[in-house]
Amino acid sequence: MSNNKSLSQYITLVPSSVMIGVFFMVPFVLIIMASVAVKTPDGDFSYGFDLTHFERFMTWFYIERALFSAAMCALISCISLLIAFPFTYMLTQFKERTKTLWLIYILAQLSLSEVLIAFSWQVLFSRKAGIGNILEYTGIIEKSFAMAPSAGAVIAALVYLAVPFAILLLYPALSRMDRSLIEAARTLGTSTLGTFFRIVIPVNRSALVSSSVTIFVLTLGAIIVPQVLGKPEHWTLSVLITDQAIFNFNLPFASALAVVLLLLSGSVVAAVMKFGGEK
Amino acid sequence: MKLLRNAYLIIFAIYLIGPIFVITAVSFNSKKFLAFPPKGFSFRWYAEIFIDNGWFNSLISSLLIAAASAILAVLIALPVAYAVWKSGLRYAKALFSLGVAPFILPPVIMALAFLLLFSSIGMNGLMINVIIAHAMFLLALPLVTISLGLESVDRALLEAAQTMGADGKTVFRTVILPIAAPFAFAGFAFCFVLSLNEYIIALMTVGFTVETLPIKIFNALRYGYTPVIASIAVLFLLINVVVFGLIAKFSNLSRILGAMD
Repeated sequence: MSNNKSLSQYITLVPSSVMIGVFFMVPFVLIIMASVAVKTPDGDFSYGFDLTHFERFMTWFYIERALFSAAMCALISCISLLIAFPFTYMLTQFKERTKTLWLIYILAQLSLSEVLIAFSWQVLFSRKAGIGNILEYTGIIEKSFAMAPSAGAVIAALVYLAVPFAILLLYPALSRMDRSLIEAARTLGTSTLGTFFRIVIPVNRSALVSSSVTIFVLTLGAIIVPQVLGKPEHWTLSVLITDQAIFNFNLPFASALAVVLLLLSGSVVAAVMKFGGEK
Repeated sequence: MKLLRNAYLIIFAIYLIGPIFVITAVSFNSKKFLAFPPKGFSFRWYAEIFIDNGWFNSLISSLLIAAASAILAVLIALPVAYAVWKSGLRYAKALFSLGVAPFILPPVIMALAFLLLFSSIGMNGLMINVIIAHAMFLLALPLVTISLGLESVDRALLEAAQTMGADGKTVFRTVILPIAAPFAFAGFAFCFVLSLNEYIIALMTVGFTVETLPIKIFNALRYGYTPVIASIAVLFLLINVVVFGLIAKFSNLSRILGAMD
């Protein structure tokens, strides 16, 4: 009887197992296989073992791209957490209704396509319909100018993309935080700012660390913003992967770059979790 | 102190909402070019989405793909989440972790993986490809929301129902389903919205045959601005707000976002 029962439990899992197996495990293995595939003269490739794609990555051009991507995303992760943390802290203290309305808006903005965010910031940074016009209108600058493409534009738009994520990542920890700690500090005469820096931030240290890693990986995956708001020298690994796969039809090299991206994000996650998790 | 706090809140709100505000203003322009402050006022760029065949077809395919992939994702997630909750089967837990993984990886990796899969089995550019790909990529969302829903079922209620003589099916239909259904809906809604807005996976699976809205917008961006994009941005934001508003109304948003145990 109990054997029958557990068998029927497994049977209900068969369709889901097939889907996850065929459409996640297999494609994932295919990427790894394609990254060492052999290119054939007709521009296609056949599965085999060839490390030339990784050798091609080991040139300064691509290594520099990888380092640039990592550095820029680390910077974006820090800025967006700095912006989002105080707001999230205040958000948890709002009235229930206000809180829900804010959360709905933040979720709505977070889900907005990266294409649309890139477009919005392209408009904001344009000469004719953006911040430049507002500054010209108010007389702060004499003549409006285009602020994109530039590294600053890419960073600004990616921070804007990351802030809603940062809020939602910090939100659980900050809402569950033990409020009596703050009251105790206040009773003992610590100022509001002092409490914030000496109690609120240290107590939420692990949430800050894990959120920073998540945002790092998230922005590393951005594809459209660097293309629309940056010059080719601001392209990240993700953009290069897309470029190789779609426009150069070089699937093995795209796969090799994807493996590098996977290793890069994986090792950063592991390193930060190891050192940030201590204490 | 209060002043500092309020000043920060106002600046933050402007930062968050400002760009959306500018885009909204631009979308009501009456001229063909983008201008802010807007010149004139008209709804023509909203009408354009529905009049112009290209934009309208993209909107319809995007909605179709989003709805189909969200249903598929919920169907795949349901048995897994249920088995984890009901029996704590180790195999089900492993499936659960595997199902969550695609969402954590950078999307371009999943996109490339699907491109390799579909091209190696000769299924090129079919709409079903992107439906499956989106369902797999977003599977984590219904998995998590349905689990949260099941965890909120009070075990005492189940025992009570069984003591009163209800069989397994009746318990599922009368106790578990009503409590878990809103959370399953939340999973569906999250998937729907994110699929609607997703670009790179759609591009790599069906980019050359089906133009979803994000793909069409990106293609349009390369040939210069059109205010239609601004009106689509506003339309999408509205769809997102409505969907998340519904989730907030019918299930527990704070709980889904992890604010409560």
